[in-house]
Amino acid sequence: MDLSLSGSSPLPIYRQLFDQLCSQILDGRLKSGDALPPIRTVARELSISVIPVKRAWEELEAAGFIESFVGRGCFIAPMGTDKLQKLKQAMAADKLSDAAAYCRGLGLSREEAAALLRDAWDSTEP
Amino acid sequence: MALLDVRELEKRYPTFTLDKVSFSLEPGYIMGFIGRNGAGKTTTMKAMLNLIHRDGGQVYINGRSFFENERACKEEIGFVMGEFDCYKNATLQKITDVTRRFYPDWDEQAYESYLSRFALEEGKKIKELSAGMRVKYALALALSHNAKLLILDEPTSGLDPVSRDDLLDVFRSVIEDGSRSILFSTHIISDLEKCADYITYIKGGKVLSSTDVISFREGYRLVSGDREHLEVRRPKLIGCKEHAFGFTGLIRAQDAGAFAACKIAPADLESIMIYTEQEDGHETASL
Repeated sequence: MDLSLSGSSPLPIYRQLFDQLCSQILDGRLKSGDALPPIRTVARELSISVIPVKRAWEELEAAGFIESFVGRGCFIAPMGTDKLQKLKQAMAADKLSDAAAYCRGLGLSREEAAALLRDAWDSTEP
Repeated sequence: MALLDVRELEKRYPTFTLDKVSFSLEPGYIMGFIGRNGAGKTTTMKAMLNLIHRDGGQVYINGRSFFENERACKEEIGFVMGEFDCYKNATLQKITDVTRRFYPDWDEQAYESYLSRFALEEGKKIKELSAGMRVKYALALALSHNAKLLILDEPTSGLDPVSRDDLLDVFRSVIEDGSRSILFSTHIISDLEKCADYITYIKGGKVLSSTDVISFREGYRLVSGDREHLEVRRPKLIGCKEHAFGFTGLIRAQDAGAFAACKIAPADLESIMIYTEQEDGHETASL
């Protein structure tokens, strides 16, 4: 698990934690059944208060990314390929809608924006 | 059950009233107690601990009434008031020898481990310690009699940023096992951002807000806009600063709808405090 917080980010700390864990679960760095460290340990390690960590964990649980068991702690939830795919699409759609709004704001057409996405896709091919 | 429960605490002075101050703190958390000089922070702490006579209210420590079980409750509390500067010429060893006699639960092993962790030398005199070391020594004493609740009045004032950060690290590790809590007063907003779970904000002897940091911050928004947007909305502004090109002000989150024509941004703790303290109209009156 990798976490790094930025004081200059406009996002609140709990949101930064949530986003970072989400993407690590979606790209497979964190796998179903992996244990998350205790909330209080995370807070101390990151030099932040307990509440934002607690809030991030609660939201991850509500979104179905993690499961918590009293006395045992929190674990990455089991996820079938279907659920994983759906979560990935939801995260990508979220990012792309910002990009689409930006293109629209610049006065580009739907086709121009789609072409730009295709170019961007090709240019990031490894 | 709350580790600390303060209910409707009252103290009346001829020119100042502590007005039914209530808040509570669960075990395992840090609460920042904020407000301007003279808002009643120290008075609250003293009245809570029966160091000054109170005119009303109750305080419960772990469910027990503090005023009816004062001695037993005090064993569970570590209290550091302002600067720890009594007996400047005494060595730490001497002060510890006196202190440990008061506490049946004194834990010598814990004491020694805190001394080494805080790099405190028993042979040193109080006057030879820096401000940061004095606070750490006071904390070592409190933690060695197994205090569950630490009440600290401005523990970070007078510390340089590095010692302050170091002390906040100590705070976080003190509460890490979930059984202890810390109530500390401060003016330093970055202290709150780095370690407070809950905030109790007192103004003119009254508690304005007592809630977790996220809800506290999300209860407000910063707005900025043109002057033409200002006049009709002024009653909804908690505080505001006007300049030649427009205004910036603080509103309650639920009033955001009325400011749709303005720029709205999340509020930071410092702005919340600065604008709230203008509420009585000093700033606007001068314009």
